[in-house]
Order: sequence, then structure tokens, then C-alpha cells
Amino acid sequence: MTAPIDIVAGLGRAVMGASAHVGALVIFAANALAQLFRPPYGPRQFLRHFVEIAYFSLPVVALTALFTGMVLALQTYTGFARFNAESAVASVVVLSITRELGPVLTGLIVAGRVGAAMAAEIGTMRVTDQIDALRTLSTEPMKYLVAPRLLAGTLALPLLVVVANTLGVMGGFLVATLSLGFAGPAYLSGSWDVLEAMDVISGLIKAGVFGFLITLMGCWYGYQSQGGAQGVGKATTKAVVAASILILAFDYVLTQAFFSR
Amino acid sequence: MSANLKIRLRGLRKSFGEKVVLDGVDLDVAARHSMVLLGGSGSGKSVTIKCILGLIPPDDGVVEIDGRDVTRLSRRDRAELLDRTGMLFQNGALFDSLPVWENVCFKLLAQNRITRRAARDRAAEVLAQVGLAASVGDLSPSELSGGMQKRVALARAIASKPDIIFFDEPTTGLDPIMGAVIDGLIVDCVEKLGATAFSITHDMASARRIGDHAAMIHKGRIIWAGHAEALGHTGNAMVDQFANGEREGPIQMELRR
Ligand SMILES: Nc1ncnc2c1ncn2[C@@H]1O[C@H](COP(=O)(O)OP(=O)(O)OP(=O)(O)O)[C@@H](O)[C@H]1O
Ligand SMILES: [Mg+2]
Repeated sequence: MTAPIDIVAGLGRAVMGASAHVGALVIFAANALAQLFRPPYGPRQFLRHFVEIAYFSLPVVALTALFTGMVLALQTYTGFARFNAESAVASVVVLSITRELGPVLTGLIVAGRVGAAMAAEIGTMRVTDQIDALRTLSTEPMKYLVAPRLLAGTLALPLLVVVANTLGVMGGFLVATLSLGFAGPAYLSGSWDVLEAMDVISGLIKAGVFGFLITLMGCWYGYQSQGGAQGVGKATTKAVVAASILILAFDYVLTQAFFSR
Repeated sequence: MSANLKIRLRGLRKSFGEKVVLDGVDLDVAARHSMVLLGGSGSGKSVTIKCILGLIPPDDGVVEIDGRDVTRLSRRDRAELLDRTGMLFQNGALFDSLPVWENVCFKLLAQNRITRRAARDRAAEVLAQVGLAASVGDLSPSELSGGMQKRVALARAIASKPDIIFFDEPTTGLDPIMGAVIDGLIVDCVEKLGATAFSITHDMASARRIGDHAAMIHKGRIIWAGHAEALGHTGNAMVDQFANGEREGPIQMELRR
């Protein structure tokens, strides 16, 4: 009898739960950002995480970008050959890489590498009382743990994407000139001529947003974790999954904002 | 008496879900004295300390430090209070991303009371007080034995010369001689530095050594409070059973039922 009401009530509860979750997350992020502007400033923590994200992600990001560029050139060439449009290879490669693949692939890789590590580290600190200990040691955990990570992620990702873009285009160039018979200068000018500043800038802005989301998810789920090693494991998984989904969703939203006119 | 009360708890309550852990804890701790809190495993001793420090929000009740209700403090006042508080966590809670010396002087560095260069020397000094060589300062906490970690955590708790210090099982896991050394250190904190100490321990010899006063928590309430020397012959059957470690007694009776 009360079934329809129950369904509505259940739905209501789910929506309320979800919005409470999002609300708490927004407050968490705002709190961490506010800490960035509150002295004292500790560059030490920021540098540690910046190096961790930017420098130590370089090899895997570089490798991924290089191979993606190579495959992209190959695929575009074989596909476009059917329409006698092989000359478009250079422009397809450079636009796909700078607008989409550079930021998104870098984001997904860093989510797996860094987001997971952050959730695990902060989660372990939570379940072993280290976060409580910070507070008894005159240190605000949001300022010490979360704020520098968010800043480092937001600034490091664009840098990584510059590298990814460069290597991605280079991968395409190598395949095009070495195995597809393109002339080097023609390929390069073909890339350069179609590229607009907005293509690169939009990619870098996306990267900054992704970097923020990845570190935010890592910190948030780490911070919330409870219940020992198992809880930390769950937090890690959630952080990576949430960051990956958010990257894809925000990629769509940002693309819409930048390019639909 | 109330003029020199450091900590005053009234009707402190805390539940985790269905489980009632603190069910109206009333307790007074005199300034510049040492209080020892006793109680069975899982009776809520650590939770009591965390509620006093505001690390766990109590469900109900009053927590006063220096006559001010700390549950109503502003963010700034709470930070100021924690600035002059030290805490040894039961599991140490050392930061494993930092070397031992930086752990020990973490608070002094955070408060900019010391340069990084001076912190190494200060760390060596405090480590010596807990019976550790200066060379331990360069190790990572994960390279230490359990007892060494405990002593580093203790060094971290007292390095800033706090005004109120909480020790959650300071001597658990230490050999008897080192345990006595640590007890002496806690007594020094109170007698020489004028700190107020609040300790949790399961070791009766240690409780008598470090405590001026003692209290026992059972089923979420303080069932006895008095002088620490009285432990073992307080006249309260439950406390005496606990203090003498007897198998038969009122507490066991309750377990059986
Ligand atoms: N964060 C928490 N979530 C849920 N339950 C908790 C939490 N912290 C403590 N408890 C519960 O509260 C009770 C008291 O815990 P507490 O750590 O205070 O015990 P204790 O008296 O310090 O015991 P021990 O001597 O073994 O350290 C335990 O039953 C524990 O299960
Ligand atoms: Mg405990």
C-alpha cells in the first residue's frame, strides 16, 4: 500500500544523501583553498608534492603520449587513405593531442598514480591518529596536508600536459616521416598551420582542473577513511574511480564551454 | 579547590552508533598535579582524552580547561589551547614521512619557535631524556622498535614544554627499567616544569609512581576517584580488584552474567 510513498521517500533519501555528500565535499575544498591564503606559508610541503606529481609522473606520461601520437598517426592515415585525405594526418594528430588526448590521458594516468598514493597516505594517517596528532602539534591538517597537495596538482598537471603534447606530436611526426612517407617540413607546417592558441590553452586549463580534481579526490577519500588497512584500501579505490569519472565528465563540460559557439 | 582546577568534566557522554562508551563522566584534575585514569580495556579511556582535546566531539556534557568550556571555544582559542597541550597517542602516531628529529621538534617548528638547525640539537636533547641516542634522530620512525617509537612519541609530546600533557599508556611495551625512567620523566614534567599531567596506564606500580590522584572508569562512568597511593586498598571492591589484578571479584561477576 505504502509502496509508492516508500519509493519516493527512498529516492528523496538518496538525493538528500548525495547532496549532503557533495555539500560536504565543497566545504572541504573551500576550506582547503582558504588555508592557502592564510599564513604561515609552507613551501616545503608544496614542493614535495609538486616534485612527486610533476617529476615522477614524467616517464609514464611521456611514454603514453609518445605511443598515442604514433598510433594516432597510423590510424588516421589508414582511415583517411580511403577518402584520399592523407594530408589531414598532421592536423588531426596535433588537434586531437592538444585538445583532448594530452590532458585526458595525462589526467587518467596521474589519477591512478598520484590520486591513489594520496588517498593511501592520508588514509593511513587518519586511521593511525596522525591527523589528530597534527592538531595537537599546532598544525591545521587541512593546511598542512590538503592545501599544498591541491595547489601542487593544479600547477603540475598543465606542465605535464605541455610535455605530453610535445611528445604526442613528435610521436605522430616520427611515424609519419619514417614509415608513412611524409616529408618532415611539410608535416610540421601542416601541424603548425592548423594549431590555434585556444587549442593549447583550453588543454592546459583542462589539465589544471583535472589536477585539482585528482588531488581533491585523493585527499577527500583519504581524509574520510576509517577502519584500518581495509578502509584505506577502499578509500584508494574510491579516489581513483571518482577522479577518473570526474575527469571524463569535466572534459565534456569544458569542451562544451570552450568550443561550442 | 575549584580555583586551581585545570580540567573539569561534567556529564560527558559519547556513543558510537548504538554503543554507549561514555555515559556521564565527571572528573576533576587539579592544576600542577598528575592524574591517572584506570579502567578495563575498551572502557573509554582514550575516548575520554580525545573528547577533552576536542579531537572527538562529545555528544553531551561539559569539558572545562582553566574554567573555560572548550566545546564552545572559537577556532583561534582552541588552537591557542592546543598550542600549550601535549599528547602522547596510544599507538604513537608518529609521522612516518619525517625523520625522528623532525617528529620530535614538529611543534616547535610549526610554531616557529626554533630554526631547523637548532631543532636537531633540541631533538637530541629530548631524545636523551627518553633514553635514546642522538643518532636515532636521523632514522625514520618505521626503522624503530615498538618501544623506541613509544619513547619518540613521548619525546614529541613533551618537547614543547606544554602546560597540560596527556599520556595514553606511556610505558606500555617498555622494559621495566625504561618504564621507571619514563615514569620519572613524567613526574619531572609536573614537579619541575609545573605541568598538569593526565595519564592512562594499566601498570599499577607505574600508576602509583606517576599519579597524585587516580580515578577509575567503568561502564562509561567514573566509579572512584582518590589518591593514587590508596590504589589496592581503596575500599571500593571493583577498584581494589582491578588494582590488585584479582581474578575473582565484582568485575568478573559482571562479566559472567
Ligand atoms: N572511532 C571510533 N569508532 C567507533 N567506536 C570507537 C571509536 N573509538 C573508540 N571506539 C569504541 O569505544 C570504546 C572505548 O575505546 P577506547 O579506545 O577509549 O578504549 P580504552 O579504554 O582506551 O581501551 P584500551 O585500554 O584497550 O586502550 C571501544 O569499545 C571502542 O570500540
Ligand atoms: Mg586506549
